[in-house]
Amino acid sequence: MLGKTANGLYWMYRYLERAENTSRLVETGQRIGLTRLSSSEIEWKSILQTAGVLASFEANNDELTKDAAVDWMLRSRANPSSVLTSLEGARQNARMVRTALTTEVWEAVNRCYMKSKDLLARKVNERDLPQALNEIRQITALVRGATHGTMMRNDIYDFARIGTFLERADNTARILDVKYYVLLPTVMSVGSSIDNVQWETILRSVSARGGFRMSYGNDYKPTDIADFLILDKRMPRSLAFCVGKIRGNLGYLAKTYGETPESYEKVTELEERYLSKTIDAVFEEGLHHYIQTVLRSIGDVGAQIEIDYRFYE
Amino acid sequence: MTEKRIFDEMWGREEDLRAPYTLFKDWFDGEEPARLRAKQREAEELFRLTGITFNVYGRAEAEERLIPFDIIPRIISGPEWQRLSRGIEQRVRAINAFLYDIYHGQEIIKSGRLPARMIENNAAFLPQMIGVNPPGGVYTHIVGIDLVRTDDNQFYVLEDNARTPSGVSYMLENRETMLQMFPELFARNRVQRVETYPSDLRSSLSACAPEMAGSNPTVAVLTPGIYNSAYFEHAFLADQMGVELVEGHDLRVVDGRVAMRTTQGYKPIDVLYRRVDDDFLDPLNFNPDSALGVPGIMDVYRAGGITIANAPGTGIADDKAIYSYMPEIVEFYTGEKAILENVPTWRCSEPDALAYVLDNLEELVVKEVHGSGGYGMLIGPTATKKDIRDFRKKLEAKPANYIAQPTLALSTVPVFSNKGLSPRHVDLRPFVLVSPNKVNITPGGLTRVALKKGSLVVNSSQGGGTKDTWVLED
Repeated sequence: MLGKTANGLYWMYRYLERAENTSRLVETGQRIGLTRLSSSEIEWKSILQTAGVLASFEANNDELTKDAAVDWMLRSRANPSSVLTSLEGARQNARMVRTALTTEVWEAVNRCYMKSKDLLARKVNERDLPQALNEIRQITALVRGATHGTMMRNDIYDFARIGTFLERADNTARILDVKYYVLLPTVMSVGSSIDNVQWETILRSVSARGGFRMSYGNDYKPTDIADFLILDKRMPRSLAFCVGKIRGNLGYLAKTYGETPESYEKVTELEERYLSKTIDAVFEEGLHHYIQTVLRSIGDVGAQIEIDYRFYE
Repeated sequence: MTEKRIFDEMWGREEDLRAPYTLFKDWFDGEEPARLRAKQREAEELFRLTGITFNVYGRAEAEERLIPFDIIPRIISGPEWQRLSRGIEQRVRAINAFLYDIYHGQEIIKSGRLPARMIENNAAFLPQMIGVNPPGGVYTHIVGIDLVRTDDNQFYVLEDNARTPSGVSYMLENRETMLQMFPELFARNRVQRVETYPSDLRSSLSACAPEMAGSNPTVAVLTPGIYNSAYFEHAFLADQMGVELVEGHDLRVVDGRVAMRTTQGYKPIDVLYRRVDDDFLDPLNFNPDSALGVPGIMDVYRAGGITIANAPGTGIADDKAIYSYMPEIVEFYTGEKAILENVPTWRCSEPDALAYVLDNLEELVVKEVHGSGGYGMLIGPTATKKDIRDFRKKLEAKPANYIAQPTLALSTVPVFSNKGLSPRHVDLRPFVLVSPNKVNITPGGLTRVALKKGSLVVNSSQGGGTKDTWVLED
């Protein structure tokens, strides 16, 4: 496989994942707005921050309003991570690696792009927002479905998966990074409705309220939420799950190519040092420091993969 | 132009249904127009979804466009095709012999059949190719011969495309679409297959690999990238052949071979089907600013380390000025008269011809010698007085840049319009694969159709569409 193709696959699936995550964040913001329990402006600020687009938003907008934030995240071309630019990026990369994709995957991603262009051609008003977000989630899910159903399990698939899980791990880590303080025991004023909203927000932004309830019951405890998002290997968006997948796919690549790359060593170390401990140990170390360390290591692994598999040179 | 009736491939000149269309007409008469209109829309949807688009340069909006597809097939009988393919094979063999000669002994010039100046000051002639022996002796691995028809048995070659002819993906996708939409039509008519083209292309290219390549040569398609107008086709062909699609920056010369950067390091390529022009192929040997090519590839090529398809320098064979000598060229190298006729051509570089052309601009089609895509040409009969005045100035300033041809009464084929079947002008580009022992012509080719009533311009960049082209078994 060409290094360029590995690169294109990796980014195609990162962008798809990013589009999904961003739309999920928008939905979360929209929901909190409806509860009126916290200041909408502060929430949107933290949502923009989680999406990693706060600085560029502020550089391009005078005022932080809900409408402006939603528009920035969904369809702004000036925002390189908006849903629209992400899906365009996914499709552009898919075009580049067209020969590595099955017809079904290509058509799904092409359809996804055409549909999103229609959906997001104009500002989405509040009434249509839930429907639009829903559709975006559906059309990206079709790409994923076609990927699972039709792609060979070879190096092509491995790079697609690595892109997906790096983006997802990064996203979950950033949610934790921005919201870590609501999970700290020191500010725990058990059961206040503001706390409940905050915790629910976190779970909602990873589409995991149901999964959480199933595993931990109806009581939101901040340590449980942290455990769920960081260490729970059943939870498909937890750091431990995502990093485990990345290690798995890098392992398959190592087997296919008969050579164990440095990125594999790095991801193994990340997993063993940071994701194989108890949540109490994490809190002892300091949640914020811990998350930042993990976030950095994920970035390192990504950079090493680009080198190991000759994405650029 | 005189009001003589145009030859229609379905109806002839006299509204007599021609034989190849018999079964089709039975079918068509039994169809509801509304259903066909729905099918036409369905076809468009299929094309959009598959992403069969071409990029339009210089337009940020709508950067990818669909080439309109018409659902009425163009039908050619078996015997008609046999004659055409004999003519095509003869012409393609002559072109390869001509290219070998022109880059070696130049016997044709010594014999006086071709003036030396046709080569000397011709930008399409690559001095870097002098004395080079392409692997297998093949110069034009892929050729597209543009044909037009004016009567039952009268075809003319309009142009030879010996560089990197495009459009074959439309030939394949048009057929695929027709098969999906009208399976019953193919059950009634015995239509010769075109679907084997990608695998034929791969074997034909492999057969031209340099000697050092093993029994299973590594083939790759070189594209200028996703912004190129024909990118879809490049990706399509690589995909269908099951080979890598590479860009210049994926390639590098390593240990005397051209190699591609893979996830496991550099891997040598034996045959490169390049869709990049000569000029951009190698910044060390040609245009130094090119970022699309591979520095040093020409040196590897000259040393026999890679096959480049088509060979650099083949443009000298499809140059419009050389075109007018094709009858002589065919005769010189094959010893036979050309089976396919050229369109009569005036070379404006010759004073007598120029005088005639200037006197008859209203009647003629004048083309730039190095132009393509239907740009920079004058179609006298449909041009305004001002167009003609402006063109006259250009022509007088640089006569050697132009050739002129009579306006041919191109045949028409029906398209499906709001009023049912309506005649539109067409041309035909069959695709030819050349390997050391074989000339393989895919039955059919790409039919381009001028969708505007009365228009003779079939280029997709100027409102042309395409059709599925059938060659019947008999």
